[in-house]
Amino acid sequence: MTPSIPGRSPLHRCPPGPKILALVAAGTALFALPRLDLALAVLGLTGWLYRLAGIPARLVLAQVRPLAWILAVLVLVQLALDGWQAGLLVAARLVALMLLAGLVTLTTRSSDLIEALQRGLAWLRPLGADPAKVGLAIALTLRFIPVLAAITAEVREAQRARGLERSLVALTVPVIVRMLKMSDDVAAAIDARSYDPDRAGD
Amino acid sequence: MIEIRHVGHAFGERAVLRDLTLDLTERRIAVVGGNGSGKSTFARLLNGLLVPTHGTVRVDGLDTRRDGKAVRRKVGFVFQNPDNQIVLPLVAEDLAFGLKNLGLPKDEIARRTDEALRRYDLLDLADHPAHLLSGGQKQLLALAGVLAMAPEVIVFDEPTTLLDLRNKRRIAQAIDGLSQRAIVVSHDLDFLAHFDRVLVFEDGRIVIDDRPSAALPAYVAMMS
Repeated sequence: MTPSIPGRSPLHRCPPGPKILALVAAGTALFALPRLDLALAVLGLTGWLYRLAGIPARLVLAQVRPLAWILAVLVLVQLALDGWQAGLLVAARLVALMLLAGLVTLTTRSSDLIEALQRGLAWLRPLGADPAKVGLAIALTLRFIPVLAAITAEVREAQRARGLERSLVALTVPVIVRMLKMSDDVAAAIDARSYDPDRAGD
Repeated sequence: MIEIRHVGHAFGERAVLRDLTLDLTERRIAVVGGNGSGKSTFARLLNGLLVPTHGTVRVDGLDTRRDGKAVRRKVGFVFQNPDNQIVLPLVAEDLAFGLKNLGLPKDEIARRTDEALRRYDLLDLADHPAHLLSGGQKQLLALAGVLAMAPEVIVFDEPTTLLDLRNKRRIAQAIDGLSQRAIVVSHDLDFLAHFDRVLVFEDGRIVIDDRPSAALPAYVAMMS
């Protein structure tokens, strides 16, 4: 998930509701209809939409890079078990879906996205779900992914200086401790700015 | 006025504040002390982020234990690390977060957001991802987010500690320019020299409570 980038393209101007619905429809079609030609067509269409939105190529790659290893493993397994067409199908539909999801967050202000999700999830209230809390959780996820990346890079650099670049424990323990400490401060900051979970989303 | 009566605070067995009684009425109050002296805990008691283990803190008659939400509307808080205070991904969205929590109408939120962005030269960055701002810009955004909520008092917990000299000066000027009362926890003694009152903390107690001309040299002597 990447924070939005400003723009005036038709995709930026489109309200978030239709974009989320289109994403759900495309995802359902991609997985309900396992056809290579359909997956490649959606992938091509997605590429055109990125061009329409004026999003630079490095940001397109950034959408796929975090899951590249998982994608590679899935494709290799499919290649070994069912042949190249199955491998290509898995790759095409997963990449198309990741890019489409990325396109929604890149072209929608997070506050608009959250408001749309809160409205869309309102029917879950009688079941005990709280759309406002879901909205805040998504906003915090969008906000703190880059912060987590920066903390991880800092800790990795510090451990490299101590010759511990290959130790997973030396990387993960300080990152988790810092994130837990930060989560206390973030909770206090949300309180300090008068957030009321009982009123949010009204 | 903030009234503090026989306030103590402990984290588990460890007492961090011991039997404080004082009133805070001045326009600019500085809080100084060594690491672990209790000054940040003291700051968090002032707007109800922490409630005291014993004793009472009252803001204009409102008890922070009972009326925490109302107290936080009167007393804003700026944290040391702005990265932990910026909640939403884009600059303008984050600024509007507190205003939405106050339940203000949309046009009023837009007006106040615009005004706060303009005041701190952040208007061109309104749609910019907050994580890409410089340290000084992040701290200004944190301050703008609190200021837009129009509190009567703003508490700052070491607002310049993580900043370079230029940004320290920007934040110091921003605090100087506030019409609100400010209570500032800081190690930057030059910045505090023109304040109205200085509280020096040691081991959970206020050991010096005086004007800066007397309190700051005494604090420097104490620390050396």
